Amino acid sequence: MSNLFPLRVRGAKTLRRGLSLVGPVDLDLDENSTCVVIGPNGSGKTSLLTLLHGTARLSSGSIDWACGTQEARHHQAFVFQQPVMLRRTVEDNIAYPLTLRGTPKAKARRQAGIWARRVGLDAMLSRQATVLSGGERQKLALARALIASPRLVFLDEPCASLDGRATREIEKILTDARAAGTQLILSTHDMGQARRLADQVVFLLNGKVHECSPAKSFFTAPATPEARAFLNGDIVE
Amino acid sequence: MADLWAGLSQAFWLVLTFDAELMEISARSLQVTLGALIIACMIAMPLAALLAVRRFRLRRAVIAVLNALMGLPPVVVGLIVYVMLSRSGPFGVLGLLFTPTAMVIAQVIIIVPLIASIAHQSLRDLWQEYHDLLISMNVTQWQKMRTLLWDARRALLTAALAGFGRAIGEVGAIMIVGGNIDQATRVLTTAIALETGRGDFALALALGFVLIGLAVTVNLAMHWLSRTEREGRW
Repeated sequence: MSNLFPLRVRGAKTLRRGLSLVGPVDLDLDENSTCVVIGPNGSGKTSLLTLLHGTARLSSGSIDWACGTQEARHHQAFVFQQPVMLRRTVEDNIAYPLTLRGTPKAKARRQAGIWARRVGLDAMLSRQATVLSGGERQKLALARALIASPRLVFLDEPCASLDGRATREIEKILTDARAAGTQLILSTHDMGQARRLADQVVFLLNGKVHECSPAKSFFTAPATPEARAFLNGDIVE
Repeated sequence: MADLWAGLSQAFWLVLTFDAELMEISARSLQVTLGALIIACMIAMPLAALLAVRRFRLRRAVIAVLNALMGLPPVVVGLIVYVMLSRSGPFGVLGLLFTPTAMVIAQVIIIVPLIASIAHQSLRDLWQEYHDLLISMNVTQWQKMRTLLWDARRALLTAALAGFGRAIGEVGAIMIVGGNIDQATRVLTTAIALETGRGDFALALALGFVLIGLAVTVNLAMHWLSRTEREGRW
Protein backbone atom coordinates (compact mmCIF):
# COMPACT_ATOMS: atom_id res chain seq x y z
CA MET A 1 0.00 0.00 0.00
CA SER A 2 1.65 3.24 -1.14
CA ASN A 3 1.78 6.29 1.09
CA LEU A 4 -0.49 9.31 0.72
CA PHE A 5 2.06 11.54 2.42
CA PRO A 6 4.04 13.69 2.16
CA LEU A 7 1.62 16.12 0.56
CA ARG A 8 3.19 18.99 -1.33
CA VAL A 9 1.04 21.98 -2.26
CA ARG A 10 2.59 24.67 -4.43
CA GLY A 11 0.81 27.86 -5.46
CA ALA A 12 -2.57 26.11 -5.33
CA LYS A 13 -5.48 28.38 -6.02
CA THR A 14 -9.18 27.94 -6.63
CA LEU A 15 -11.45 30.50 -8.25
CA ARG A 16 -15.20 30.79 -8.50
CA ARG A 17 -16.60 33.16 -11.10
CA GLY A 18 -13.24 34.90 -11.29
CA LEU A 19 -12.97 35.47 -7.54
CA SER A 20 -10.24 33.75 -5.56
CA LEU A 21 -11.69 31.54 -2.81
CA VAL A 22 -8.33 30.43 -1.50
CA GLY A 23 -4.71 30.66 -2.55
CA PRO A 24 -2.11 30.75 -3.71
CA VAL A 25 -1.30 28.18 -1.03
CA ASP A 26 2.07 26.58 -0.30
CA LEU A 27 1.90 23.77 2.21
CA ASP A 28 3.80 20.65 3.22
CA LEU A 29 2.05 18.01 5.29
CA ASP A 30 3.66 14.86 6.58
CA GLU A 31 2.24 11.66 7.90
CA ASN A 32 1.39 10.99 11.54
CA SER A 33 -0.07 14.34 12.34
CA THR A 34 -3.54 15.69 12.89
CA CYS A 35 -3.63 18.94 11.02
CA VAL A 36 -6.04 21.60 12.23
CA VAL A 37 -6.91 24.50 9.94
CA ILE A 38 -7.97 27.65 11.77
CA GLY A 39 -8.75 31.19 10.75
CA PRO A 40 -11.52 33.78 10.86
CA ASN A 41 -14.76 33.42 8.89
CA GLY A 42 -14.18 33.75 5.18
CA SER A 43 -10.48 32.97 5.46
CA GLY A 44 -10.89 29.98 3.12
CA LYS A 45 -10.84 27.00 5.50
CA THR A 46 -13.61 25.04 3.74
CA SER A 47 -12.22 25.95 0.33
CA LEU A 48 -8.76 24.72 1.34
CA LEU A 49 -10.15 21.39 2.53
CA THR A 50 -12.23 20.86 -0.61
CA LEU A 51 -9.27 21.90 -2.75
CA LEU A 52 -6.98 19.36 -1.06
CA HIS A 53 -9.69 16.70 -1.26
CA GLY A 54 -10.18 17.38 -4.95
CA THR A 55 -13.84 18.38 -4.92
CA ALA A 56 -12.97 22.01 -5.68
CA ARG A 57 -11.29 22.67 -9.00
CA LEU A 58 -7.63 23.61 -8.91
CA SER A 59 -7.34 26.81 -10.94
CA SER A 60 -3.57 27.07 -10.79
CA GLY A 61 -0.62 25.55 -8.95
CA SER A 62 -0.19 21.93 -7.94
CA ILE A 63 -1.25 19.47 -5.25
CA ASP A 64 0.97 16.40 -5.18
CA TRP A 65 0.19 13.36 -3.09
CA ALA A 66 2.96 10.80 -2.71
CA CYS A 67 0.81 8.10 -4.33
CA GLY A 68 -0.79 10.24 -7.06
CA THR A 69 -4.09 12.13 -7.08
CA GLN A 70 -6.40 9.31 -8.22
CA GLU A 71 -5.22 6.80 -5.65
CA ALA A 72 -5.14 9.46 -2.94
CA ARG A 73 -8.83 10.28 -3.52
CA HIS A 74 -9.68 6.61 -3.21
CA HIS A 75 -8.29 6.59 0.34
CA GLN A 76 -9.97 9.78 1.54
CA ALA A 77 -13.31 10.72 3.05
CA PHE A 78 -14.92 14.07 3.75
CA VAL A 79 -17.25 15.10 6.57
CA PHE A 80 -19.20 18.28 5.92
CA GLN A 81 -20.13 20.96 8.41
CA GLN A 82 -23.79 20.25 7.59
CA PRO A 83 -23.79 16.49 7.08
CA VAL A 84 -25.78 15.29 4.09
CA MET A 85 -28.20 12.55 5.05
CA LEU A 86 -29.21 10.09 2.37
CA ARG A 87 -32.97 9.45 2.47
CA ARG A 88 -32.40 6.03 3.94
CA THR A 89 -32.18 4.40 7.33
CA VAL A 90 -29.21 5.05 9.62
CA GLU A 91 -27.94 1.55 8.83
CA ASP A 92 -28.12 2.05 5.07
CA ASN A 93 -26.48 5.49 5.36
CA ILE A 94 -23.50 4.08 7.25
CA ALA A 95 -23.24 1.08 4.92
CA TYR A 96 -23.44 3.25 1.77
CA PRO A 97 -19.67 3.60 1.06
CA LEU A 98 -19.27 -0.18 1.32
CA THR A 99 -22.17 -0.87 -1.05
CA LEU A 100 -20.56 1.53 -3.53
CA ARG A 101 -17.47 -0.66 -3.42
CA GLY A 102 -19.49 -3.79 -4.11
CA THR A 103 -19.45 -5.25 -0.60
CA PRO A 104 -22.28 -7.80 -0.22
CA LYS A 105 -25.31 -6.24 1.44
CA ALA A 106 -25.31 -8.53 4.49
CA LYS A 107 -21.63 -7.86 5.18
CA ALA A 108 -22.05 -4.10 4.66
CA ARG A 109 -24.95 -4.07 7.12
CA ARG A 110 -22.96 -6.06 9.67
CA GLN A 111 -20.15 -3.53 9.41
CA ALA A 112 -22.66 -0.69 9.68
CA GLY A 113 -23.94 -2.23 12.91
CA ILE A 114 -20.40 -2.33 14.32
CA TRP A 115 -19.76 1.30 13.42
CA ALA A 116 -23.15 2.39 14.71
CA ARG A 117 -22.25 0.85 18.07
CA ARG A 118 -18.89 2.64 18.07
CA VAL A 119 -20.49 6.04 17.54
CA GLY A 120 -23.47 5.35 19.80
CA LEU A 121 -26.18 5.06 17.14
CA ASP A 122 -26.86 1.34 17.52
CA ALA A 123 -30.32 1.96 18.97
CA MET A 124 -31.29 3.96 15.89
CA LEU A 125 -30.23 1.64 13.08
CA SER A 126 -33.66 1.31 11.55
CA ARG A 127 -34.61 4.99 11.99
CA GLN A 128 -34.70 7.33 8.99
CA ALA A 129 -31.49 9.39 8.98
CA THR A 130 -33.28 12.63 8.15
CA VAL A 131 -35.01 12.71 11.54
CA LEU A 132 -31.77 12.59 13.56
CA SER A 133 -30.59 15.51 15.69
CA GLY A 134 -27.54 17.61 14.73
CA GLY A 135 -25.15 15.65 16.96
CA GLU A 136 -26.51 12.30 15.78
CA ARG A 137 -26.18 13.39 12.16
CA GLN A 138 -22.56 14.32 12.73
CA LYS A 139 -21.87 10.94 14.36
CA LEU A 140 -23.54 9.19 11.44
CA ALA A 141 -21.45 11.20 9.00
CA LEU A 142 -18.31 10.19 10.90
CA ALA A 143 -19.27 6.52 10.93
CA ARG A 144 -20.06 6.71 7.20
CA ALA A 145 -16.70 8.36 6.54
CA LEU A 146 -14.73 5.87 8.64
CA ILE A 147 -16.45 2.61 7.66
CA ALA A 148 -14.42 2.19 4.48
CA SER A 149 -11.17 2.56 6.48
CA PRO A 150 -9.90 5.71 4.74
CA ARG A 151 -6.32 6.71 5.43
CA LEU A 152 -7.22 10.40 5.56
CA VAL A 153 -10.43 12.13 6.63
CA PHE A 154 -11.18 15.80 6.01
CA LEU A 155 -13.56 17.32 8.54
CA ASP A 156 -15.07 20.73 7.99
CA GLU A 157 -15.96 22.15 11.41
CA PRO A 158 -17.30 18.81 12.63
CA CYS A 159 -18.53 20.20 15.94
CA ALA A 160 -19.98 23.52 14.79
CA SER A 161 -23.27 24.20 16.60
CA LEU A 162 -22.93 21.13 18.83
CA ASP A 163 -23.03 21.29 22.63
CA GLY A 164 -20.10 20.34 24.88
CA ARG A 165 -21.22 16.76 25.42
CA ALA A 166 -21.71 16.05 21.70
CA THR A 167 -18.38 17.75 20.94
CA ARG A 168 -16.62 15.50 23.45
CA GLU A 169 -18.22 12.41 21.95
CA ILE A 170 -17.18 13.45 18.43
CA GLU A 171 -13.63 14.15 19.61
CA LYS A 172 -13.48 10.71 21.21
CA ILE A 173 -14.45 9.12 17.88
CA LEU A 174 -11.79 11.20 16.14
CA THR A 175 -9.02 10.31 18.60
CA ASP A 176 -9.98 6.62 18.30
CA ALA A 177 -9.81 6.90 14.51
CA ARG A 178 -6.46 8.64 14.84
CA ALA A 179 -5.19 5.85 17.08
CA ALA A 180 -6.34 3.32 14.48
CA GLY A 181 -4.12 5.01 11.90
CA THR A 182 -6.47 7.40 10.13
CA GLN A 183 -4.96 10.81 9.53
CA LEU A 184 -7.19 13.84 10.08
CA ILE A 185 -7.26 17.29 8.53
CA LEU A 186 -9.97 19.38 10.14
CA SER A 187 -11.05 22.97 10.30
CA THR A 188 -12.47 24.49 13.45
CA HIS A 189 -13.34 27.73 15.19
CA ASP A 190 -13.03 26.08 18.57
CA MET A 191 -9.55 26.87 19.90
CA GLY A 192 -10.00 24.40 22.75
CA GLN A 193 -10.65 21.66 20.24
CA ALA A 194 -7.70 22.78 18.13
CA ARG A 195 -5.44 22.55 21.21
CA ARG A 196 -6.79 19.11 22.12
CA LEU A 197 -6.52 17.54 18.68
CA ALA A 198 -3.84 19.32 16.67
CA ASP A 199 -0.33 18.09 15.98
CA GLN A 200 0.09 20.70 13.31
CA VAL A 201 -1.77 24.00 12.83
CA VAL A 202 -2.43 25.84 9.59
CA PHE A 203 -3.51 29.45 10.20
CA LEU A 204 -5.36 30.92 7.24
CA LEU A 205 -5.99 34.57 6.63
CA ASN A 206 -7.60 36.09 3.54
CA GLY A 207 -7.29 32.83 1.64
CA LYS A 208 -3.56 32.40 2.26
CA VAL A 209 -1.56 30.27 4.66
CA HIS A 210 -0.31 32.80 7.14
CA GLU A 211 1.41 30.33 9.42
CA CYS A 212 1.95 26.58 9.41
CA SER A 213 3.70 25.19 12.44
CA PRO A 214 3.61 22.42 15.06
CA ALA A 215 0.69 22.88 17.45
CA LYS A 216 2.85 23.27 20.53
CA SER A 217 4.89 26.16 19.14
CA PHE A 218 1.84 27.76 17.48
CA PHE A 219 -0.17 27.90 20.68
CA THR A 220 2.74 28.92 22.93
CA ALA A 221 4.59 31.29 20.64
CA PRO A 222 2.80 32.14 17.37
CA ALA A 223 5.22 33.53 14.82
CA THR A 224 3.07 36.30 13.41
CA PRO A 225 1.24 39.17 15.14
CA GLU A 226 -1.97 38.20 13.28
CA ALA A 227 -1.89 34.65 14.68
CA ARG A 228 -1.19 36.05 18.14
CA ALA A 229 -4.14 38.43 17.82
CA PHE A 230 -6.40 35.62 16.57
CA LEU A 231 -5.48 33.41 19.52
CA ASN A 232 -6.20 36.31 21.87
CA GLY A 233 -9.66 36.57 20.38
CA ASP A 234 -9.04 39.87 18.63
CA ILE A 235 -10.59 40.67 15.25
CA VAL A 236 -8.04 39.88 12.55
CA GLU A 237 -8.40 41.19 8.99
CA MET B 1 -79.57 13.96 -15.03
CA ALA B 2 -81.59 10.82 -15.75
CA ASP B 3 -78.74 9.61 -17.97
CA LEU B 4 -76.31 10.07 -15.07
CA TRP B 5 -78.39 7.95 -12.71
CA ALA B 6 -78.98 5.37 -15.41
CA GLY B 7 -75.23 5.30 -16.08
CA LEU B 8 -74.43 4.89 -12.41
CA SER B 9 -76.90 2.06 -11.90
CA GLN B 10 -75.82 0.35 -15.11
CA ALA B 11 -72.16 0.63 -14.06
CA PHE B 12 -73.09 -0.87 -10.71
CA TRP B 13 -74.85 -3.84 -12.35
CA LEU B 14 -72.14 -4.37 -14.95
CA VAL B 15 -69.53 -4.64 -12.20
CA LEU B 16 -71.74 -6.66 -9.88
CA THR B 17 -72.57 -9.25 -12.54
CA PHE B 18 -68.96 -9.40 -13.79
CA ASP B 19 -70.14 -8.60 -17.30
CA ALA B 20 -67.87 -10.57 -19.62
CA GLU B 21 -67.44 -7.83 -22.20
CA LEU B 22 -66.73 -5.20 -19.55
CA MET B 23 -64.15 -7.44 -17.90
CA GLU B 24 -62.44 -8.08 -21.23
CA ILE B 25 -62.34 -4.38 -22.17
CA SER B 26 -61.17 -3.37 -18.71
CA ALA B 27 -58.47 -6.03 -18.69
CA ARG B 28 -57.25 -4.83 -22.08
CA SER B 29 -57.24 -1.21 -20.89
CA LEU B 30 -55.12 -2.18 -17.92
CA GLN B 31 -52.85 -4.41 -19.97
CA VAL B 32 -52.14 -1.71 -22.57
CA THR B 33 -51.76 1.11 -20.03
CA LEU B 34 -49.60 -0.77 -17.53
CA GLY B 35 -47.47 -2.16 -20.36
CA ALA B 36 -46.93 1.33 -21.72
CA LEU B 37 -46.27 2.66 -18.21
CA ILE B 38 -43.59 0.08 -17.44
CA ILE B 39 -41.78 0.68 -20.74
CA ALA B 40 -42.12 4.46 -20.39
CA CYS B 41 -40.71 4.38 -16.83
CA MET B 42 -37.77 2.30 -18.01
CA ILE B 43 -36.97 4.99 -20.57
CA ALA B 44 -37.99 8.16 -18.74
CA MET B 45 -36.52 7.62 -15.28
CA PRO B 46 -32.92 6.85 -16.26
CA LEU B 47 -33.18 9.73 -18.75
CA ALA B 48 -34.36 12.05 -15.96
CA ALA B 49 -31.53 10.88 -13.69
CA LEU B 50 -28.98 11.40 -16.45
CA LEU B 51 -30.28 14.92 -17.06
CA ALA B 52 -29.99 15.63 -13.34
CA VAL B 53 -26.39 14.48 -12.84
CA ARG B 54 -24.71 14.94 -16.20
CA ARG B 55 -23.72 18.28 -17.71
CA PHE B 56 -23.53 18.28 -21.49
CA ARG B 57 -23.92 20.89 -24.15
CA LEU B 58 -27.51 20.22 -25.21
CA ARG B 59 -28.79 19.43 -21.72
CA ARG B 60 -30.95 22.53 -21.38
CA ALA B 61 -32.33 22.06 -24.86
CA VAL B 62 -33.26 18.45 -24.09
CA ILE B 63 -35.02 19.52 -20.87
CA ALA B 64 -36.89 22.28 -22.73
CA VAL B 65 -37.97 19.85 -25.45
CA LEU B 66 -39.14 17.29 -22.86
CA ASN B 67 -41.16 19.97 -21.08
CA ALA B 68 -42.67 21.10 -24.36
CA LEU B 69 -43.54 17.53 -25.33
CA MET B 70 -45.59 17.09 -22.15
CA GLY B 71 -48.42 18.69 -24.06
CA LEU B 72 -47.95 16.50 -27.12
CA PRO B 73 -51.34 16.15 -28.91
CA PRO B 74 -52.28 12.44 -28.76
CA VAL B 75 -54.05 12.57 -32.11
CA VAL B 76 -50.87 13.74 -33.80
CA VAL B 77 -48.88 10.99 -32.06
CA GLY B 78 -51.47 8.48 -33.20
CA LEU B 79 -51.24 9.76 -36.75
CA ILE B 80 -47.44 9.56 -36.82
CA VAL B 81 -47.42 6.04 -35.32
CA TYR B 82 -50.12 5.07 -37.83
CA VAL B 83 -47.97 6.30 -40.74
CA MET B 84 -44.90 4.50 -39.38
CA LEU B 85 -46.75 1.21 -38.83
CA SER B 86 -49.00 1.25 -41.89
CA ARG B 87 -48.20 -1.20 -44.64
CA SER B 88 -46.45 1.44 -46.73
CA GLY B 89 -44.57 2.85 -43.71
CA PRO B 90 -41.02 1.98 -42.58
CA PHE B 91 -42.26 -0.51 -39.95
CA GLY B 92 -45.23 -1.85 -41.93
CA VAL B 93 -43.52 -5.19 -42.35
CA LEU B 94 -43.94 -5.84 -38.61
CA GLY B 95 -47.72 -5.95 -38.98
CA LEU B 96 -48.34 -4.12 -35.74
CA LEU B 97 -51.04 -1.71 -36.85
CA PHE B 98 -54.43 -2.31 -35.18
CA THR B 99 -52.88 -4.41 -32.42
CA PRO B 100 -52.49 -3.70 -28.68
CA THR B 101 -48.74 -3.38 -29.31
CA ALA B 102 -49.33 -0.38 -31.56
CA MET B 103 -51.47 1.14 -28.82
CA VAL B 104 -48.66 0.59 -26.29
CA ILE B 105 -46.16 2.27 -28.65
CA ALA B 106 -48.38 5.33 -29.05
CA GLN B 107 -48.95 5.60 -25.29
CA VAL B 108 -45.24 5.24 -24.54
CA ILE B 109 -44.50 8.16 -26.88
CA ILE B 110 -47.17 10.25 -25.19
CA ILE B 111 -46.19 9.60 -21.56
CA VAL B 112 -42.36 9.41 -21.71
CA PRO B 113 -41.94 13.22 -21.79
CA LEU B 114 -44.47 13.66 -18.99
CA ILE B 115 -42.83 11.10 -16.69
CA ALA B 116 -39.30 12.28 -17.56
CA SER B 117 -40.13 15.94 -16.86
CA ILE B 118 -41.81 15.31 -13.52
CA ALA B 119 -39.11 12.82 -12.49
CA HIS B 120 -36.40 15.28 -13.51
CA GLN B 121 -37.80 17.95 -11.17
CA SER B 122 -37.62 15.60 -8.19
CA LEU B 123 -34.22 14.18 -9.09
CA ARG B 124 -32.74 17.62 -9.72
CA ASP B 125 -33.78 18.76 -6.23
CA LEU B 126 -32.37 15.61 -4.67
CA TRP B 127 -29.16 15.96 -6.66
CA GLN B 128 -28.67 19.47 -5.24
CA GLU B 129 -29.01 17.96 -1.76
CA TYR B 130 -26.67 15.02 -2.45
CA HIS B 131 -24.19 16.73 -4.78
CA ASP B 132 -21.36 17.49 -2.34
CA LEU B 133 -21.57 14.11 -0.61
CA LEU B 134 -21.57 12.04 -3.77
CA ILE B 135 -18.81 14.11 -5.39
CA SER B 136 -16.68 13.75 -2.25
CA MET B 137 -17.21 9.98 -2.38
CA ASN B 138 -15.91 9.90 -5.92
CA VAL B 139 -18.88 7.89 -7.17
CA THR B 140 -19.35 7.01 -10.82
CA GLN B 141 -22.09 8.51 -13.00
CA TRP B 142 -23.98 5.22 -12.89
CA GLN B 143 -23.78 5.06 -9.08
CA LYS B 144 -25.05 8.63 -8.81
CA MET B 145 -28.03 7.79 -11.01
CA ARG B 146 -28.81 4.61 -9.08
CA THR B 147 -28.60 6.41 -5.74
CA LEU B 148 -30.90 9.20 -6.90
CA LEU B 149 -33.43 6.84 -8.46
CA TRP B 150 -33.56 4.68 -5.35
CA ASP B 151 -33.74 7.51 -2.81
CA ALA B 152 -36.33 9.45 -4.82
CA ARG B 153 -38.46 6.38 -5.48
CA ARG B 154 -41.49 7.78 -3.70
CA ALA B 155 -41.36 11.05 -5.59
CA LEU B 156 -40.91 9.03 -8.78
CA LEU B 157 -44.12 7.20 -8.00
CA THR B 158 -45.95 10.50 -8.49
CA ALA B 159 -44.37 10.81 -11.93
CA ALA B 160 -45.42 7.25 -12.76
CA LEU B 161 -48.96 7.88 -11.55
CA ALA B 162 -49.19 11.02 -13.68
CA GLY B 163 -48.13 8.91 -16.66
CA PHE B 164 -50.68 6.26 -15.75
CA GLY B 165 -53.42 8.88 -15.47
CA ARG B 166 -52.61 10.28 -18.87
CA ALA B 167 -52.38 6.85 -20.52
CA ILE B 168 -55.52 5.28 -19.04
CA GLY B 169 -57.66 8.22 -20.13
CA GLU B 170 -56.12 8.51 -23.58
CA VAL B 171 -58.40 7.98 -26.57
CA GLY B 172 -57.21 9.87 -29.67
CA ALA B 173 -53.99 8.02 -30.43
CA ILE B 174 -55.17 4.54 -29.54
CA MET B 175 -58.33 4.98 -31.56
CA ILE B 176 -56.20 5.71 -34.64
CA VAL B 177 -53.54 3.00 -34.19
CA GLY B 178 -55.81 0.42 -32.51
CA GLY B 179 -58.87 0.87 -34.67
CA ASN B 180 -61.28 0.12 -31.78
CA ILE B 181 -61.78 -3.45 -33.02
CA ASP B 182 -64.15 -5.53 -30.91
CA GLN B 183 -62.37 -8.24 -28.90
CA ALA B 184 -59.02 -7.12 -30.28
CA THR B 185 -58.17 -3.50 -29.56
CA ARG B 186 -61.26 -2.06 -27.87
CA VAL B 187 -60.48 -0.47 -24.53
CA LEU B 188 -62.62 1.51 -22.08
CA THR B 189 -61.98 4.94 -23.60
CA THR B 190 -62.58 3.87 -27.19
CA ALA B 191 -65.69 1.95 -26.10
CA ILE B 192 -67.00 5.11 -24.40
CA ALA B 193 -66.41 7.08 -27.61
CA LEU B 194 -68.21 4.39 -29.60
CA GLU B 195 -71.26 4.21 -27.29
CA THR B 196 -71.51 8.01 -27.20
CA GLY B 197 -71.50 8.03 -31.00
CA ARG B 198 -74.26 5.42 -30.99
CA GLY B 199 -76.30 7.55 -28.59
CA ASP B 200 -76.22 5.01 -25.74
CA PHE B 201 -75.25 7.58 -23.11
CA ALA B 202 -76.14 5.36 -20.18
CA LEU B 203 -73.72 2.64 -21.27
CA ALA B 204 -71.08 5.23 -22.16
CA LEU B 205 -71.46 6.77 -18.70
CA ALA B 206 -71.38 3.34 -17.09
CA LEU B 207 -68.08 2.59 -18.84
CA GLY B 208 -66.84 6.03 -17.77
CA PHE B 209 -67.58 5.32 -14.12
CA VAL B 210 -65.82 1.97 -14.41
CA LEU B 211 -62.82 3.76 -15.94
CA ILE B 212 -62.72 6.27 -13.09
CA GLY B 213 -63.04 3.45 -10.55
CA LEU B 214 -60.21 1.54 -12.22
CA ALA B 215 -57.91 4.58 -12.26
CA VAL B 216 -58.59 5.37 -8.60
CA THR B 217 -58.11 1.73 -7.57
CA VAL B 218 -54.76 1.44 -9.35
CA ASN B 219 -53.58 4.73 -7.80
CA LEU B 220 -54.57 3.62 -4.32
CA ALA B 221 -52.97 0.22 -4.83
CA MET B 222 -49.69 1.78 -5.93
CA HIS B 223 -49.70 4.15 -2.97
CA TRP B 224 -50.42 1.32 -0.59
CA LEU B 225 -47.76 -0.93 -2.09
CA SER B 226 -45.10 1.77 -1.96
CA ARG B 227 -46.10 2.81 1.58
CA THR B 228 -46.09 6.52 0.88
CA GLU B 229 -47.08 8.90 3.67
CA ARG B 230 -46.25 6.29 6.28
CA GLU B 231 -42.98 7.66 7.56
CA GLY B 232 -41.14 10.92 8.12
CA ARG B 233 -40.47 13.28 5.31
CA TRP B 234 -41.24 11.15 2.29
